[in-house]
Amino acid sequence: MTSATITAQTAAARPRRNVLRLVLTETKFEFLKLLRLPVYSVATLAFPLMFYLLFGSFYGNLEAQGVLASRYMVATFGAAGVLSAALFSFGVGVASERGQGWMRLKRVSPMPPIAYFLAKIGMALLFGALVVVVITAAAFLMHGVRIALLDWLSLLGVLLLGVLPFGALGLAIGYLFGPNSAPVVLNLLYMPMAFASGLWMPITVLPPVVQSVAPYLPTYHYAQLALGTVGATPLGDATRHALVLAGFAAVFLVVAVAAYKRDEGKTYG
Amino acid sequence: MNETYVAQLERVTKRYGPVMALDAVTLRVRAGEVLAVLGPNGAGKTTAVSTLLGLLRPDEGAASLFGTSPDDVAAKVRVGAMLQISGVPPTLTVREHLESFAAYYPRPLRVDDAIAIAGLEQVARRPYGKLSGGQKQRLHFALAMIGDPDLLFLDEPTTGLDVESRRDFWRQVRSFIGDGRTVVLTTHYLEEADALADRIVLLDEGRLIAEGTPAEIKARTAGKVVRAVTSLDPARLAALPGVNRVELVGAATELLTTDAEETVRELLAADRGLTGLEVTGASLEEAFLVITGGRHEAAAAYTEGVPA
Repeated sequence: MTSATITAQTAAARPRRNVLRLVLTETKFEFLKLLRLPVYSVATLAFPLMFYLLFGSFYGNLEAQGVLASRYMVATFGAAGVLSAALFSFGVGVASERGQGWMRLKRVSPMPPIAYFLAKIGMALLFGALVVVVITAAAFLMHGVRIALLDWLSLLGVLLLGVLPFGALGLAIGYLFGPNSAPVVLNLLYMPMAFASGLWMPITVLPPVVQSVAPYLPTYHYAQLALGTVGATPLGDATRHALVLAGFAAVFLVVAVAAYKRDEGKTYG
Repeated sequence: MNETYVAQLERVTKRYGPVMALDAVTLRVRAGEVLAVLGPNGAGKTTAVSTLLGLLRPDEGAASLFGTSPDDVAAKVRVGAMLQISGVPPTLTVREHLESFAAYYPRPLRVDDAIAIAGLEQVARRPYGKLSGGQKQRLHFALAMIGDPDLLFLDEPTTGLDVESRRDFWRQVRSFIGDGRTVVLTTHYLEEADALADRIVLLDEGRLIAEGTPAEIKARTAGKVVRAVTSLDPARLAALPGVNRVELVGAATELLTTDAEETVRELLAADRGLTGLEVTGASLEEAFLVITGGRHEAAAAYTEGVPA
């Protein structure tokens, strides 16, 4: 190989490093990386849609919190989709990239650490938005559910805010657990939380004992906030749901930051 | 801080619980040199590199890169590293990985050039997960080079490669480090240090035990190999003066010794039937054994029936 040519070319073109462009590049590759990973893209995009279609055909005509379940479930499966996008992209991503040593390579590089996290957030937002669009379309096509544009935008807004608490929770797990155990831990959290908070089936059809546990889960408050935007009568006060969710977000962030710091100081052979 | 040193450890100590990974190690990397940090597994080589790169904080002492902290972005943009990693995300292609890392540096190589340097033209569009072991290693090398670094770290770059791929890799490194780059290479392959390095430092159990050019390291030991066919048992041979190691090679026995004359004198006195006596200079590998006191051959020697 002719290193002389290479040196000449580099000397000729000396582009400046642009952090914004760097974050966009990082987000693009983060997106491609996950889109091509069926474990992630199928679980995030296809499962909520599939479950919506399945449960919609069983329960679609029931009434829950004052609206038809077919409408109700646009909010709750949207919530489930964003929840899984945030939890798994951060949790599994961080755990496996840490395990492989890719993270060390990035830490040695001059990449600003914030770019890594912004890219993951951007990606979770993108997948989250895709899930909501897909389920909204399915609801309209299968059940004729129509949501006014402004309502839909506030639904999208509320759902995407979920990236913050659940991304932070995923991040904490990604840093606290190894690449093999993190997906298991995440599923153990995701499935019971989603079920008990009424993300899969309307909470009103769940056994009373489950309904009484639900208010202790962040996902319950998240779902109730989302339901408020599509015309359902929320159980309890919206401000309170928002505050509880913000509280969970703060706790998850503190744990995530502590876990990240612990990992930074960790020894590598 | 002396500008002629591009990287340095000053009396760096690092402990992992009771294990002393680095024990007051001072290491100075001069601009333009290829420095090999040589030592057996567990000697502290990777700890030394990780400290220089800012991945580990020393318990005592200080690390610096280009006269500043290893965490400083001004230093990081001048450094490339090939670390011991098991992989990068499998679903991105060779080209995509290089594009993503190129974005981190102010003056990166062109991605096409990096692909060419690493000899990855044929697989540029292939996802990382579908590359062979050698191709993966070459991508790791290309990722280290993409920022056009002044200082390149290669941490055990050929571990797990077959002999052929290892030689290919050396050729690539040599062709690319000619133009004033500084390289810090860690390895436990003496052949690798010999093939690439201008200067070698020997690390053993966290301490720097020798330093010099490959030739100086060999000379320093004044070690010789005494070869003969003898009926003496290995334990008796190991007890001869100067002998650091006993190895059976076919019908013959090789003694690595620091005092060839004395060893031969006693050997001939002890075994009247001895044949095929030969005395040769030690290779780098043997020099290494002498310097480390032969400790790291203990396990291997034991399996051959020689008490360590």
